[in-house]
Amino acid sequence: MPESISAATHATPLPPTTVRPAGSRWAWAFLIDVAVLLFVFAAIYGVYAIGHLWLRPVTPESQISQNPRILPLYAFYSLVRITVAYALSLVFALSYGYLAARSRRAEVVLIPLLDILQSIPVLSFLPGVMLAMVALFPHRQLGVELGSILLIFTGQVWNMAFSFYSSLKTIPRELREAARIFRFGRWQRFVELDLPFSTIGLVWNSMMSVAGGWFFLMACEMFVLGDRDFRLPGLGSYLQTAASNGDTRALLWGLAAMIAVIVLLDQLVWRPIIIWADKFKFEQVETAKAVQHNLLSFLGPASLVIRGYRVMFRPLINRLTLTFAILARSAAQTFPVPKQMRTRRWLAVLLAATILVGLGFAVFHAVRELSDLHSEDYFFLLRSAALTFLRVNVALLLGALWTIPVGVAIGSNPRFARLAQPLAQIAASIPATALFPVILLFLIRLRGGLEIAAMLVMLLGTQWYILFNVIAGAMAIPTDLKEAARIFRFTLWGRWRRLILPGIFPYLVTGLVTASGNAWNVSIIAEYFHFRGKIVSTAGLGSAISRASDSGRFDVLLASTLIMATVVVLINRLLWRRLYRLASSRFKLES
Amino acid sequence: MSTANTAVAPIIEARQLEKFYAQPDGSRIQVIAATDLAVYPGRIIALLGPSGCGKSTLLRMLTGLAPASAGGVLWHGQPVRGETPNVSIVFQSFALFPWLTVIENVEAPLEARGMPPIERHKRALRIIDAVGLDGFETAYPKELSGGMKQRVGVARALVVEPEVLFMDEPFSALDVLTAETLRGELLELWLGHKIPTRAIFIVTHNIEEAVVLADRIIVLGRNPAHIHADFAVDIPQPRDRKSPRFIELVDAIYRVLTRPDLESNILQATEAASSSSHHHVLMLPHTRPGGMAGLLEILVDQGGHADLHRLAAELSLEVDALLPTVDTAVLLGFLRVEEGDAIITPEGQSFAQADIQARKAIFRNAALANVPLLRQMEQALKAKSNRTLQDEFFRDLLDEHFSEDEARRQLETAIQWGRYSEIFDYDAATGKLTLTEA
Repeated sequence: MPESISAATHATPLPPTTVRPAGSRWAWAFLIDVAVLLFVFAAIYGVYAIGHLWLRPVTPESQISQNPRILPLYAFYSLVRITVAYALSLVFALSYGYLAARSRRAEVVLIPLLDILQSIPVLSFLPGVMLAMVALFPHRQLGVELGSILLIFTGQVWNMAFSFYSSLKTIPRELREAARIFRFGRWQRFVELDLPFSTIGLVWNSMMSVAGGWFFLMACEMFVLGDRDFRLPGLGSYLQTAASNGDTRALLWGLAAMIAVIVLLDQLVWRPIIIWADKFKFEQVETAKAVQHNLLSFLGPASLVIRGYRVMFRPLINRLTLTFAILARSAAQTFPVPKQMRTRRWLAVLLAATILVGLGFAVFHAVRELSDLHSEDYFFLLRSAALTFLRVNVALLLGALWTIPVGVAIGSNPRFARLAQPLAQIAASIPATALFPVILLFLIRLRGGLEIAAMLVMLLGTQWYILFNVIAGAMAIPTDLKEAARIFRFTLWGRWRRLILPGIFPYLVTGLVTASGNAWNVSIIAEYFHFRGKIVSTAGLGSAISRASDSGRFDVLLASTLIMATVVVLINRLLWRRLYRLASSRFKLES
Repeated sequence: MSTANTAVAPIIEARQLEKFYAQPDGSRIQVIAATDLAVYPGRIIALLGPSGCGKSTLLRMLTGLAPASAGGVLWHGQPVRGETPNVSIVFQSFALFPWLTVIENVEAPLEARGMPPIERHKRALRIIDAVGLDGFETAYPKELSGGMKQRVGVARALVVEPEVLFMDEPFSALDVLTAETLRGELLELWLGHKIPTRAIFIVTHNIEEAVVLADRIIVLGRNPAHIHADFAVDIPQPRDRKSPRFIELVDAIYRVLTRPDLESNILQATEAASSSSHHHVLMLPHTRPGGMAGLLEILVDQGGHADLHRLAAELSLEVDALLPTVDTAVLLGFLRVEEGDAIITPEGQSFAQADIQARKAIFRNAALANVPLLRQMEQALKAKSNRTLQDEFFRDLLDEHFSEDEARRQLETAIQWGRYSEIFDYDAATGKLTLTEA
């Protein structure tokens, strides 16, 4: 495990499972071709529909229909937004991680920056992103759409960037040397070493990121910015509108549609990708571990994604590699090297100067904005931060309390695990934010109902990270240690204290780190919500951020965002990083 | 001992090649002393030495993977910048790309040279056939056994037709039988001129492997690494491990490896030459007291002395596993080494025959008498009123004399020995050393 920690990056996934389909592949070939054809038709229509929506004149407050029949279309719109945002995230994460891993000077700045960016909730990016995009395309819906996509992007990209960076940093020395001694060019090194080595980490982080996209979809498709009301047709806005109207039927329809889309995506996209990614596992011996998975064993390696990769992508990459290699050869012969170095250095200096000037300007303005706020404002924000801190940690504690025994039970019993794991995975894939209105329906009448609901959403949004890590930890406890505990007749408490808790400790810390980071981000929705035509809110830093964004108070938004980023980074540095170090030194199970 | 034939021009030549780390205070930590070395065509050179002595660093400087601190590498008489032209490496850990098939792995270096697909496919197939991997072209590395993997490693290295093939402990990750097979196959390729490679440079810590393969054996000494001895091997191939000349040479190399007096002479000479403020401190061999006790017990059983080479063979230990233990016993005054024979001293005798508690007392006395670092640590702890010091205090002291990694290992070894002999206690969680009350 890498040394440095930051939220939402180190969820240790359950070991991916592989099984090749037993049946003949040719029987499926025809069906698959039909599927490909249908897919192409659907794609053509999809491009048309999206183009029609995005290029029409600006309609920020489009009417969000509550008819369940519109749900497939809305789901499609949301899916496109999340997909585009994910594609952007991937490109950005690869460039960011590559730069940070390759240049020592960039690394010094980029990695701490990543820690901070990761701790900033999506809504804090809202005004900047939205105003910029609307200014860019003032007459087309495209501007608003891009704004929404960029918002989703800000919730997806950071953990992917960090994952790619830390993969690059852990490439074994001899592999790097092999690439050098055999004179791989940059491109060949990237596609044959860097990218494959990082694939597994990137796949698991991509899954988490896309889950994050669904999680914050409601906030990203429908929001108020000062006196402007933005609504984009989609699943998130459908759910949000249903909640605002208190329409229980629509709420349940929307929820069902979302779950259906997520489960389908999981089975049709992520599972095959995970199987495919197994070939990038860096190990010298083949492990015997393999667990059956229902639908994927059906589709197996013939699935569309992988087929597309083989037919279109790989020849293209091979072609590029060859072209780059030949180009690099001839370039080395024609250009004298020192000159190139000099111009590059000048460019770097220029770039650094530009960034510094920009930063100075931004800091100057930020400080001016912040100095306009009164000390009461700051006092209020700090008090809110304390309340959210309390809420987040109670949620974490509750989460740990139920997930540790359940996770250990699942992890140490393979038969139980086979039943429970897929269920838990589906349960975990339901975004807690989408459940929030349903929960509110039940709890709003109670005294302190919102308080309970807020904590419940935080719990729902974070407990899975703890659960899955505890399961992985319990599975990793060596059998001989368990047998030793049995031989020496440890009491139940003795077994927990001496074996299980120390054994799962590193995994538990990993889960808690991710959970904690996410719980802070969840607070922007859990503490402030448009429900039945009014705003229900409880005091906290999340609600402060949401309210500031709603009312267009940029100074408050800036101050509260800064406070949240500081608190989250501080908790990471002071608590989690230390626990992490303890976990990787004292509680590491050495094989 | 003789040097190689100088009538032919060398392919690679190292001139006063050095590796050191400059310290903030202006002194330097010397890893490799200024070294001259030449690789001549038509020969297999083996670089031999205990692990951690700088063999791999030297190989990486010769191939251009690691920059030299001073001196330079010449390629056919021309100075080299960056990677050395037209060499390749077979790695200890194989370093295959697990996501590429056998043939893709072998083709990758050709791809990097911009060779068109059909031609590189043909060349890859030919070399895969030559190393005996026919039929495994589309297998992934994880489906292969260790020996097969290293065959892919060799094929990948040879496919670019390197002038010099470097091998970094290529057989040490394999079991004994597989390693022997691969050595035979390598010799067959080389002696039968089935590969266009003009010289092979192999790094190893296995003396017999060096004598089986090489035409010239360079023995490296430690701290800092320097050429300790240079043997020409003129036993005709195929070599018989049982032949008197073979055994004689192995013995001779053993003697050189276990002759600390010569080593320290050279050390002093290089220190005078490098004129740095660095002064020599005693370096602890990284062993545990338990291993040394075992060695002494075996020696007592064998009548108090034994030939080291035969001992290593009997215990099926390689030289780098046995030598640190021998060094430790010598350092503590439990053992003398003369002409490749280990002879137990009276102190060693009593240590080997004592019970656990008495052993600790004997070890303690020997350590405090012979190991300045432990003596220093004891005195520093005694000087404190609470008899406690942080381990970082000692690490800072060691940092002045060793590289960061080595300082950490030195301290670890010292703590290991001090704990065993009850000079002090150590709490790993807090890093506190406390003097053990008598």
